[in-house]
Amino acid sequence: MKSFFRMSYPYILWIGIFIVAPMLMIFLYAVTRTTGDSTLAFEFTLDNFGKFLSDPTFMRVLLTSLRIALLTTVFCLLIGYPAALFIAGLPERKQTLMTLLLTLPMWINMLLKTYAWRGILLNFDFASETRVFIGMVYDFLPYMIIQIHSAISKMDGNLLIAAHDLGANKLKTFLKVTLPLSIPGIISGITLVFLPAVSSFVIPKLLGGGDYVLIGNLIEIYFLTAGDWNFGSAISLIMALIIIASMWATKKLDRNGEEE
Amino acid sequence: MRKLKKKKTLGQRLSSWYLVVILLFIYLPIGYVVLFSFNESKSLTNFTGFSFRWYENMFQDRTMLQSIWNTVLVAVIATAVSTVVGTIAAIGLSKAKRIVRNVVLEVNNLPVMNPDIVTAIGLMLLFISVKFQLSLTTLILSHISFCIPYVILTIMPKLRQLDDNVAEAALDLGATPWQALTKVIIPQIYPAILSGALIAFSMSFDDFVISFFTAGVGINNISMYVYSMKRYNPSVNAMSTLIVVVVTLILITVNLIPRIKDKKTQKEEP
Repeated sequence: MKSFFRMSYPYILWIGIFIVAPMLMIFLYAVTRTTGDSTLAFEFTLDNFGKFLSDPTFMRVLLTSLRIALLTTVFCLLIGYPAALFIAGLPERKQTLMTLLLTLPMWINMLLKTYAWRGILLNFDFASETRVFIGMVYDFLPYMIIQIHSAISKMDGNLLIAAHDLGANKLKTFLKVTLPLSIPGIISGITLVFLPAVSSFVIPKLLGGGDYVLIGNLIEIYFLTAGDWNFGSAISLIMALIIIASMWATKKLDRNGEEE
Repeated sequence: MRKLKKKKTLGQRLSSWYLVVILLFIYLPIGYVVLFSFNESKSLTNFTGFSFRWYENMFQDRTMLQSIWNTVLVAVIATAVSTVVGTIAAIGLSKAKRIVRNVVLEVNNLPVMNPDIVTAIGLMLLFISVKFQLSLTTLILSHISFCIPYVILTIMPKLRQLDDNVAEAALDLGATPWQALTKVIIPQIYPAILSGALIAFSMSFDDFVISFFTAGVGINNISMYVYSMKRYNPSVNAMSTLIVVVVTLILITVNLIPRIKDKKTQKEEP
């Protein structure tokens, strides 16, 4: 049976070509500049990063992306936490039904739902950032609720009874038992909302109108319109680094929580 | 049996209302699309009367029908290939040395963790640099490559729970490795393979970003069609409504079949 591990060889070759090589390509493009028509005509340079960091326009786009992603995450958490808590308090059959109702729209094409919002928002006179914000909260809220709900429902119900028996009131039980035990759910919820929100480029394009540019849109512009793949790759790399750093920070936060 | 009707406390009533509001918010765009797919006029804000006009339009719109066909074709091929490759790879990895397994799983996780747009431009740069012209083939290859990681991630935990001794026993009793694989290991992880396939299908069916960067000129899937539409076209509402109906039916079937099976087996074994 040990020989079964050979079955993984084709896939190891596959990830070499389709996962590792593309990442290396982005890196290579980000640190080079083309000097001729041939693919091999390039020289190493850090100018692409310099261009991004020295131009306030790009920094503003980056900050806007981070701000709206952060705002979306906070709102999803504020709206989603009570929802998850209330669902966990329902009888088991209703809980299954609620999770089913929450997951069903997640299977429907995100572009079609965003397009529907475009119609709804025509009825109102919102600023472009508000429209993008509503679209993002809508799109990511179910992920937050489901992550937190699954953390809360894994909790041992006896803990609540014990806390009650030991004289804790409802608020205290929530603060000292439920909330700390739901932190893993909050963390994975935050990751599932913040990361795609930072890089999103469909929602700003469809709901924000032409003038609302996030970092994802910037990458699209440099690859498909401006045709500067080197600079586009550098922006992608910067974005990927920010995302890795924020994931690392959230993980660290999680561990600190555990030590308490 | 008569149930005592307990009066709900204020808190319980408030929390039920909260959940109702959340559900309304989540279903609002879906309801809106369904409603306006039957609108008589082109307006998106005024419902002027009932008609099937946009459904008729949809079936005459060849670009839209082509985009639906492309979406289904790519999703079916990508699901089939990624499920087979992912299952084989996962079984192989579960028997590989720990260090090999961990490294491969880390790399496997990259497309799941990475923003779609990074995966997308990576694949695009790869295809172009080896002079592989963007086409339907590159679109399908890209879909296969981002679906496999999800299949592996779904099957792996199930494989870890398996008792190795069962497959060993089959081999000791004279089964060939192929028989051990198909008669012992795969039947045990079958439900995980199915849910892996379902996830792969929905990832591929809904994808926009990766398709947008890796498909050839003139090749559209549903998402790309909607994205590149210059003007508002109410036929999209009709298409969305049909997709909502199909997805709901599939999900109901997937959720009901195991329950009906359970009931049947319960009846057969009194």
